[in-house]
Amino acid sequence: MPIDVEAPVIDNRRLSGEYNVLALAAPGIAAQARPGQFVMVKVGHGHDPLLRRPFSVFEILRDASGTPTGLTILNKQVGVSTSRLFDAAPGQRISCLGPLGKPFTVDPPGEAWMVAGGVGLAPFALLAEVLHARGTAMTLFYGARKAGELFYLDFFAQLGVRLILTTEDGSRGERGRVTGPLEREFAARPASAPVLTYACGPEGMLAAVARVAARADRPCEVSVERVMGCGMGGCYSCVIPVRGDDGQPHNVRSCIAGPVFAGDAIVWE
Amino acid sequence: MDLSVQIGSLRLTNPLIAASGCFGYGVEYADSVDLSSLGGVAVKGLFLNPREGHPPPRIVETPAGMLNAIGLQGIGVHRFIREKMPELRARRATVVVNICGSTLDEYVELARILSDVEGVGALELNISCPNIKEGGITFGCSLTGTYDVVNGVRKVTRLPIIPKLTPNVTDVASFARASEDAGADAVSLVNTFLAMAIDVETRRPKLSNIVGGLSGPAIRPIAVRMVYECRQMVKIPIVGMGGIADARDVLEFMLAGATAVQVGTANFVDPFIWTKLLAGLEDYMARHQVARITDLIGALDTGAREKEWTSS
Ligand SMILES: Cc1cc2nc3c(=O)[nH]c(=O)nc-3n(C[C@H](O)[C@H](O)[C@H](O)COP(=O)(O)O)c2cc1C
Repeated sequence: MPIDVEAPVIDNRRLSGEYNVLALAAPGIAAQARPGQFVMVKVGHGHDPLLRRPFSVFEILRDASGTPTGLTILNKQVGVSTSRLFDAAPGQRISCLGPLGKPFTVDPPGEAWMVAGGVGLAPFALLAEVLHARGTAMTLFYGARKAGELFYLDFFAQLGVRLILTTEDGSRGERGRVTGPLEREFAARPASAPVLTYACGPEGMLAAVARVAARADRPCEVSVERVMGCGMGGCYSCVIPVRGDDGQPHNVRSCIAGPVFAGDAIVWE
Repeated sequence: MDLSVQIGSLRLTNPLIAASGCFGYGVEYADSVDLSSLGGVAVKGLFLNPREGHPPPRIVETPAGMLNAIGLQGIGVHRFIREKMPELRARRATVVVNICGSTLDEYVELARILSDVEGVGALELNISCPNIKEGGITFGCSLTGTYDVVNGVRKVTRLPIIPKLTPNVTDVASFARASEDAGADAVSLVNTFLAMAIDVETRRPKLSNIVGGLSGPAIRPIAVRMVYECRQMVKIPIVGMGGIADARDVLEFMLAGATAVQVGTANFVDPFIWTKLLAGLEDYMARHQVARITDLIGALDTGAREKEWTSS
């Protein structure tokens, strides 16, 4: 059940001039949150900005005994709300509603391949932690604009995640899109080896990953990000076309039917 | 303290109703909010048949408000009755069904169907959605259209009927009057203000539908004025809304003449707003020694102002 917490900022760690990781003391949300779920965040009580913004639960923070104490979000400064989150000071309270949405499947039959584009890295820290505890073999295909925007590489390496990096400018890893190496890796695997692919990032990337996975006859789960009003199914803003039982596309609310969907369920534009 | 209010034959335990289109079908919130603690739940606007609505982007934030052009996506009345009403009944929600028609006959048919459904408390006639071309608002923008829809529905149902008025007219009070004349039990207002936002970098409209409806705190003073104007014109109860975000805002509408209120956009910001609003109303009633909330309806004191005005 989602709860709303006036969560004090514990820590604000700048990753670059645009990205930061914000740690929030929200034990009640952290205790419930599962990989792929999100929180709706609002900075300040005023009417401007008015609405909350959705963020994936990035990490769960725990005390020495392992009890959840809070969570982090991965923020990229793009507008008014995200700028305020970029500048948030420890002690400041931020309204945090969650956890919300359908999580990822966390019992893949074989390997887990995570595909992240830019800020789409957000759901994968928690997913990697949970899958690590299960002993699942993991690969992270991680694409960004440039080397300075590839974050948390040590974190994933420590969990034993194999890293395959791409940058648009070629400053780190392979130059180009993340789907290039993904296709090659599929081709190199025998079709009998079970792989579940998870993807989060720009919608064009998600569509491409879904296509690549379908061609390789492998299942994939994508986490979509549409403009969201409420996160609870109230407003019908965040819809995405999903193939229904009748074979036709129907708009479904990504906040409650998602944000995680089977890649082949979505009718990509 | 008595917070109950009366809309036609329908008794509400308090004046707070979740606004249509801002609370899904109610069931989405059933695990987070005690639906029976709300005065009422107005569900997403329903046609006879399912609708897919407009393509995204469907909302955009504006100063102290938001524009929406959802396009009345919905599951249609039959699936609503089958799939949503059982849970709404089980949760003891007071259900206000918001109905939309492309034709007069569709409103009448919807009213006929819903009149036989156990647990439906009232019908809100949506003749005011600014986001769809066919029907709906074309009735709400014409006095005879408004009269005809209300009158047509009145003939087939004993449920309280509440036409929902658009603010996108010159004189909203005349539409309240037409509704009353046609047999409405109450009127609700306002629906959203037709509005527009443009991305100047790309020169493109921010909504796929180009235009949309403005809601939220930005519209509240206009909505309060419209409720006040309607109060002068009709005797039937008024359900006021537009930008309510705290208990003071509720009181503002009630003092202007509303019997009950609806809360839409603010529920997106805070789904747990209902207990806070109720606590705020109780606090006000205690401080002002108001035993029955109905004593506040239309209790606006304009006397001093009028005196100041005439003597100056
Ligand atoms: C996203 C959204 C969807 C709406 N859908 C409906 C609807 O289906 N039927 C209706 O009568 N009004 C609809 N409305 C209008 C609201 O019920 C209400 O009249 C308006 O938003 C003003 O109240 P507020 O400022 O509290 O939101 C919608 C409003 C919003 C923001």
